[in-house]
Amino acid sequence: MSEPARSSPVRSRPGAALSSRSDRTFQVLILALASVIGLVFVLSVYQLARESWPALQAFGWHFFTERTWNPVQERFGAVAMIVGTLVTSFAALAISVPLAVASALFVAEYAPRWLANPVGYLIELLAAVPSVVYGLWALFVIAPILGRWQTAYFLNPENVATLTRCNELWAQQQTSLQCFFVPSGAGGRGLALAIIILTVMILPYTASVARDVIRLVPQDQREAMYALGATKWEVISRAILPYARAGILGGVILALGRALGETLAVAMVIGDSQEILKSLWGGASTMASVIANQFGDAQAALHRSSVVTLGLTLFFVSVVVNFAARLIIARLTPKGIQ
Amino acid sequence: MMRVASAAPARPGARLSPARRVKNLLMGALILLASALVVAPLILIFVYLLREGLGAMNLAFFTKTPAPEGEAGGGLLNAITGSLLMLAMASVIGVVIGVAGGIFLAEYPRHRLMPTIRMLSDVLAGIPAIVMGLVAYGLIVLHFGFSGLAGALALGFLMIPIVVRTTEEVLKLVPLSVREAGLALGLPQWLVILRIVLPAAAGGIVTGVMLALARVAGEAAPLLFTAFGNNNVNLDPTKPMSALPLEIYRGATSAYDENQRLAKAGALLLITLIFVTSLLARRASRRR
Repeated sequence: MSEPARSSPVRSRPGAALSSRSDRTFQVLILALASVIGLVFVLSVYQLARESWPALQAFGWHFFTERTWNPVQERFGAVAMIVGTLVTSFAALAISVPLAVASALFVAEYAPRWLANPVGYLIELLAAVPSVVYGLWALFVIAPILGRWQTAYFLNPENVATLTRCNELWAQQQTSLQCFFVPSGAGGRGLALAIIILTVMILPYTASVARDVIRLVPQDQREAMYALGATKWEVISRAILPYARAGILGGVILALGRALGETLAVAMVIGDSQEILKSLWGGASTMASVIANQFGDAQAALHRSSVVTLGLTLFFVSVVVNFAARLIIARLTPKGIQ
Repeated sequence: MMRVASAAPARPGARLSPARRVKNLLMGALILLASALVVAPLILIFVYLLREGLGAMNLAFFTKTPAPEGEAGGGLLNAITGSLLMLAMASVIGVVIGVAGGIFLAEYPRHRLMPTIRMLSDVLAGIPAIVMGLVAYGLIVLHFGFSGLAGALALGFLMIPIVVRTTEEVLKLVPLSVREAGLALGLPQWLVILRIVLPAAAGGIVTGVMLALARVAGEAAPLLFTAFGNNNVNLDPTKPMSALPLEIYRGATSAYDENQRLAKAGALLLITLIFVTSLLARRASRRR
């Protein structure tokens, strides 16, 4: 480390003016390059806003309240995709959070070191698996399993009768709780499979943040509880989890941000239907999946612009959610959490 | 890390009611079960890809382009070269902007623009990849048509925040005394940064770049309507280009067995490359 210092042009009395001028040049250069980050942000907003303009002009706020998404009639409303995005994301979150926290507790509190490190590694690798690979696996491995179960369900005539009744309801744009759980879809693709694959994909984000904050819980907290004769579970539930709760929340919101923007795995398995919450096992769509599935094929200007408006919406939602997560994590953990 | 090695209360089990003991054991078992459930998909996916994809990884896989729809044979040379080329171009953007951003945040913490740049970098980190694809489409494809360059731009933008964050963190790890020593020798601040601080942090920065590469190497969404894909090997960045994730996406959603087979082999190759890269990066960062 001292090598470059010695070989560099050492001036015994640095010309103050000279050095301050070169320093300023360097600072301006670095600032200029760093400003590209701001430029990317501004360009992104500008680009998305400009291309969304025709759709926003045509539909106004109705874009966000209209249920129909019909390229043939050129009527575009985002309700189905917004609902699809929210339902898949929050359902995946609800399933993954307990699992992620449990795995974090295992790595930080239960597992011996020789096991904790590899398990922690594996969980981090889970975050490195590309979206398309999850999609491929879901299509080829999980979808057939769900598909077989759906087929088996309809071997029972009673279930077929239920489906007939539900089909009538759905035709009238109605939903009922019972019909929501009828396995109507074909081949396993649909809302449920999207939720399953999203759950797996967001697990590592919550898990690694939770693990880090659990490790930050002061040792005294644990020892005090043990000294009172508490069991391990009592220590975890009354000393560790309450202390780490806020940090875990940050990890949960980070995972939510991921889930909202997750694209290809969902696009491959969700069935791309613009029905609103018809059935848990039927087709649905999310904002991201519609962008992936339709932007390339969108010929009409208004269709294309409507798809970009979904992107603009997704942009703002993700920015807000991600920002909230980082704020919570930054504020609640003294330092060391990255 | 394992500060509490033993679960033993001071007087183990002496006055532990059965209800408390059962609950403790039950929750421990649940936590073990849940952890197994978390790790299972990774192992299942890897085993599945090994079983299905390894057989397809012959010489043709690496030296040929995809055969016409429905015909047997062929490989993913177009995707392998496309991925490598686009990742190389993306890293130029990611490294130059990302490292400069990291230097700015770490070395000029009092600059009045510093909080803004940090916030924008964090914001950028949260933008979904597919939205970045839309942005690159509007910036380049709309004017010049589909190209590898447009894809690389989208990937490069996605790399920036990751490189910024890791660079800032490793630069902050370089002790202040090292900087002071350089300044005391009469070096101007910029030379201290370039010749002392950066070399000291080089290992960490490389780790950050590798992590960023591993992250964007698997992205297909922003390439769908930027690089678009190409059935032939293309080394011209102004023309449409293929990439491994793109071929995996096309193959997995294709009806043809042959395309599906290539997709599985491509997925195995991609996932192996990504795992190796991120493991190397993590190992390097741990040794520091």
